[in-house]
Amino acid sequence: MSDHEHDHMEHDHPHDHGSPAVVMTARVNALIGALESRGIVQDAEVTAVLERFLAAAGPSNGARIVARAWADPAYRGLLLDDANAAIAQLGLDMSHWAPVSLRVVENTQRAHNIVVCTLCSCYPIALLGPAPQWYKSEAYRSRVVREPRAVLHEFGITVPDDREVRVWDSTAELRYLVLPQRPPHSDDWDEARLMQAVTRDALIGVAL
Amino acid sequence: MRFAVGDAVRTSGRDPDHHYRVPRYLRGKRGRIEAVHAAFPLADARAAGDPSPPVETLYTVAFAGGEVWAEGAEPNTVYHAELWESYLVPADAAS
Repeated sequence: MSDHEHDHMEHDHPHDHGSPAVVMTARVNALIGALESRGIVQDAEVTAVLERFLAAAGPSNGARIVARAWADPAYRGLLLDDANAAIAQLGLDMSHWAPVSLRVVENTQRAHNIVVCTLCSCYPIALLGPAPQWYKSEAYRSRVVREPRAVLHEFGITVPDDREVRVWDSTAELRYLVLPQRPPHSDDWDEARLMQAVTRDALIGVAL
Repeated sequence: MRFAVGDAVRTSGRDPDHHYRVPRYLRGKRGRIEAVHAAFPLADARAAGDPSPPVETLYTVAFAGGEVWAEGAEPNTVYHAELWESYLVPADAAS
């Protein structure tokens, strides 16, 4: 795990040398090394924990939640009111090392939602898998709060001026998932087919 | 819990040299309480290694685009952030 993380930072963030993320990676690697050298954990254990978490974490979880909400109005109501309880009904759980509160925000004809973490890269990993590189980039994190409509336009979405753009900055204990609008002409689709219509980017709010 | 949904609040304009979760673009800005959450340990104290950090109510605060970016704001945009109680004062409080 430590080698993987190191490679990841070295090769995927060439512009980030000396940044807090690189410093943190070095500290985490040093901590893991110290724990290993004292026989407290084995590298294989750390890898196994991460793999177990990541194997269950992927955008199909988010798609299941959305498809159920589209198909079942009562479920949609619960999801918007108490998202943790709603996803538990599907056997899903946000927690990894600590409980995480989920909030689901709904796109409508009157509002479009978009999620960011301006302070770092908070993201509902359990429901969407690891965050894409662009989500963690300084360009996205700074621009989406300065000019969200322009950023959305670059992702291919033009939100009409009379539709409110709601930006959700994950600054503390909550994680966000966007509930997109149900596709038109999908009344006779079952949940499996509805799931196919959900993309990861739509659950972040940068696609419809 | 000091604030309720709908209350007008202002974020502190402080710029401390320690860990702090009010993003710079929202410092000293007026908004409204959009949601009241549970109480959570204050991130500033946790980051400083405080073994018993203060536990404060967390709020979602909504800020109008024009409040954040003045005339440079895009139309019809609203920003939301989760902020601990000690980051907030009533909007009409003296600076």
